[in-house]
Amino acid sequence: MKAVKTLIAVAVTALASTAALADINVGVILSLTGPGSGLGIPMQNQFKLFPQTIAGEKVNLIILDDASDPGKGAANARRLVTEDKVDLIIGSCLTPVAAAITPVATEAKTVQLAASPVGVPPGADQWMFRLPQGNDVMAHAMVEHMKKQGVKTIGFLGYTDAYGELWLKAITPLAEKAGMKVVAAERFARTDTSVTPQALKLTAANPDAMLVVASGSGAAMPHKAIVERGYKGKIYQTHAAATPDLVRIGGKDVEGSFVVSGPAVIAEQLPDNHPSKKLAIDFVTQYEKLVGQGQRNQFAGHSYDAAIALNKAVPIALKKGKPGTPEFRAGLRDAFETMGRTVFAHGVMNWTKDDHWGYTNETGVMLKVVDGKFKVE
Amino acid sequence: MDFSIASILTLDGLTNGAVYALLGLAIVLVFTVTRIIFIPQGEFVAYGALTLAIFQTGKVPGTVWLLLLLAAVAALMELVQVWRTQRRALPAFKAAARLVVLPVLVSVLAIWAAPQLLPLWVQAVLSVAVVTVYGPLVYRVAYQSLESSTPLVLLIVSVGVHFALTGLGLLFFGAEGFRNPAFWDTRFTIGPVMLSGQAIITFAATVALIVLLWLYFERSLRGKALRAIAVNRTGARLMGISSQASGQLTLTMAAFIGALSGLLIGPTTTVFFDSGFLIGLKGFVAAVAAGLASYPGALIAALGVGVIEAFGSFWASAFKEVIVFTLILPVLLLRSLSSKHSDEDH
Repeated sequence: MKAVKTLIAVAVTALASTAALADINVGVILSLTGPGSGLGIPMQNQFKLFPQTIAGEKVNLIILDDASDPGKGAANARRLVTEDKVDLIIGSCLTPVAAAITPVATEAKTVQLAASPVGVPPGADQWMFRLPQGNDVMAHAMVEHMKKQGVKTIGFLGYTDAYGELWLKAITPLAEKAGMKVVAAERFARTDTSVTPQALKLTAANPDAMLVVASGSGAAMPHKAIVERGYKGKIYQTHAAATPDLVRIGGKDVEGSFVVSGPAVIAEQLPDNHPSKKLAIDFVTQYEKLVGQGQRNQFAGHSYDAAIALNKAVPIALKKGKPGTPEFRAGLRDAFETMGRTVFAHGVMNWTKDDHWGYTNETGVMLKVVDGKFKVE
Repeated sequence: MDFSIASILTLDGLTNGAVYALLGLAIVLVFTVTRIIFIPQGEFVAYGALTLAIFQTGKVPGTVWLLLLLAAVAALMELVQVWRTQRRALPAFKAAARLVVLPVLVSVLAIWAAPQLLPLWVQAVLSVAVVTVYGPLVYRVAYQSLESSTPLVLLIVSVGVHFALTGLGLLFFGAEGFRNPAFWDTRFTIGPVMLSGQAIITFAATVALIVLLWLYFERSLRGKALRAIAVNRTGARLMGISSQASGQLTLTMAAFIGALSGLLIGPTTTVFFDSGFLIGLKGFVAAVAAGLASYPGALIAALGVGVIEAFGSFWASAFKEVIVFTLILPVLLLRSLSSKHSDEDH
């Protein structure tokens, strides 16, 4: 009899706790090891500051490592939707991994907030929204700047992976429209010990400007190689290189080069009327208090923006259903599409039914390296 | 393509090739003596370069802590093993202490020296010392109890060691890369070619090391013992040459060569925690081209890999890696056609 009582008590407690467990479960897939860890680790840091509750519901973060491997990312996504029954997946910070997660999330009808510019065609990205700026948005800012500088020919030196390819695809048509031409395109790998041959070929073509497409501290080596070959023109870097590491490694060789960036990392220098200024400063202060002075990072900003997006979308979705139900997940998706103009630390976002990229062409900010610091142009 | 471009490319290729040659030599050395296909060779390169980079910032590199931990594990393994065979405490403690003394000395020195911001060359010597003492410990912990296994088992262990060292590298050095200051920051211009002081140091170090290795194997008793093990393991053991001591010695040399290579490439490129693998793999291509047996062969093949890599990146930079690693196919084909199988498989 006593045993039966205990059993009943246990059953009641279990039932009660499942009711309480109807929290919002957010699955996060990040590259914490492997070549992408330079992007994933800052994002993970910022997730430590993720809100505990949204719209009165408790939020559980389940953070998994994809080891910079698309296969592992897809397996993680599978686990999140089947075992943990998450309401939303955030990740990954690497384009190939995020692309591998998309079909799994779509199949499970779970929203994915990709933290990298994934080039999935419209239609296939029904359940996927992108947090970062698309490369064409950034390329737009860059081409505008080149136009002002009187650039006519461009040399391209980029990673042999999707990041390099997407940039080349983004900038070529924009440049042509502005009357410029990509005259030479060379590739290199992050692990290369020398890019002298590529630099040789590029300087022989002698373009007005060079574009280096690489990320973080990996962007300094090709930059230095071009300078060492005696190139005197303008050198441009992409937003993945807008980190203190570029200056730390590049030293005086990167002095005077131009870097395109999202607004979040240069918070203090934004003009006062910039819509993102307040949020960007909030993000930078929070993050640097946690990690250390001067450690601000483009990708940590995407984690910050994910919280903003959820804060706005969850109350709308809650009207459709309880967290953990398919209705809630579908409601979340619709909420992202209909929530309209939202100010992020990284710019103004407006996801619509037909556009899951969302940022406008005014998002990219051109910076110049002056005395080892980024200055807004 | 004219003569000036060709000569710049050749020089660039030879400079990289010299580093690949060092790694190729180390891989050949380890394989002939121990039958280990030493995948983690590249990790020593990254550890060497990054340890120096952390010394530059005035902090104690994480590699020092790992060294102490590794020494403790190795000593414990040694203690248990000797106790099991002899059942006497004193020899067991002696054997364990022998493994610990050098790592502890080097670590204490490193911990003392790190905040002093000593001159670059002192830090460089210290970095090489820290990474070199990894050699015998890695052998003791990962390989020694499997020394009579087949090369396949040892290869699988190597893959494990490689992943462990890469992961620990991420923990110690972080995800972002470092670039070391040059040891000799001068440039000479000879016609179209610009020769940097660092390249001269790289060539000099490679040549010096090859000469030293040659002298060691030809003139010293230990070197001859290593050669004996390489030729016939059982026979050498019957002559009283310890295969375990040889294994530890070989890995010490491999770690030394790796750390040295790390210092040589550190100033010319950005080194990440996982950069070592691909650099080591190119040394491996050279070593395989030399049949994992011939030192001069590995040297020539490595220089070839470097030059082909340079020309490959000039003509078709998107396919550079493909070109370099496809090189191994014709070599393997030729080797399989021309090889004579011997009954005595080590």
